[in-house]
Amino acid sequence: MIWIIVGMALVTAIPRVVPAFIVDKLRFPGWVDRWLNAIPYAALGALIFPGIINVKPESPHIGITAGIIAIGLAWAGLNIILVVIGAITTVFLMTL
Amino acid sequence: MEPKVMDIEADNYITRKHMVKRGFVAGLPIMLGYLPIAVTYGVLARQSGLSNIELTLMSILVFAGAAQFMAANMIAIGTGAAELIIATFVLNFRHFVMSLSFMNRLRGIALKWKVPLSLGLTDETFTVSSLHKKEAKEQYGVWFFGSLILTAYVAWIGGSYLGGVLGDILPARLSQSMGIALYAMFIGLLIPSIKKESKVAVVAVIAMATNFIFSVNGMSDGWAIVLGTLIGGLSGIGLLKEDKP
Repeated sequence: MIWIIVGMALVTAIPRVVPAFIVDKLRFPGWVDRWLNAIPYAALGALIFPGIINVKPESPHIGITAGIIAIGLAWAGLNIILVVIGAITTVFLMTL
Repeated sequence: MEPKVMDIEADNYITRKHMVKRGFVAGLPIMLGYLPIAVTYGVLARQSGLSNIELTLMSILVFAGAAQFMAANMIAIGTGAAELIIATFVLNFRHFVMSLSFMNRLRGIALKWKVPLSLGLTDETFTVSSLHKKEAKEQYGVWFFGSLILTAYVAWIGGSYLGGVLGDILPARLSQSMGIALYAMFIGLLIPSIKKESKVAVVAVIAMATNFIFSVNGMSDGWAIVLGTLIGGLSGIGLLKEDKP
């Protein structure tokens, strides 16, 4: 078991750490810089959807409704902790 | 001159402490999202036959939620080590893209800082850190990011251990409801950026659509997220001309 854990740790750590060593060696052209700067927004999109519909795999509308509530709360400018609590409450109430 | 040097030292100390505090506050939503998920992982891993030490060690060494859940499931059904490690690599390869983006922003800092910060990158620590662009340019910004990542890391390890030791301590309905927490956090991060620059929404929606199309066509979650992130990001080259702080 310990070797499985060490193996998992290595294949996870290496992709994470390699960029720390290579960014100093490389100078990216402007378009690559812009690409990398857009990555956080793209990652957020890919992480939210379609994953959110599987919060309750048997009833996808629950994840979607909670997502819409979260969008509304975030749009109203609420602190992110309150957005999270609002979404948790929505799922909790919908599964009562 | 002596007292002046001391003043600067004291000021630097206060600034560092202030950055650590801000990093902790920025890490709190991740902590809130991680705790219930980590506890659930601990419970599941325990049921799959891992000892408390093993499941906590996995959280310390791997620090990747989705991969650890997958591992607990695969160990329970008796999957071989090689298959499990390859699946982990595929699922976590997205962190390479995220790390490249984050490290490119932190070019100015020393390698001795880049290495630990990059090792602490998860979906959550990356997205929260990346949207704090101002701190990347500030003095002692690394203390901010270090503290943010450490907050998440401690929550993840502590929650895993708790789950393993105490079993299902959260009422089932509550812990299930908390599965939405990290998605809500991602939404809470994305919306303010869209309000500032509406084209961000286009980048995010292209990433969503790409991920969706590849995953319904049978691609593994890991690669579908990598492609969604890369292709969504590509659209940003033309759309997001200036990197507004």
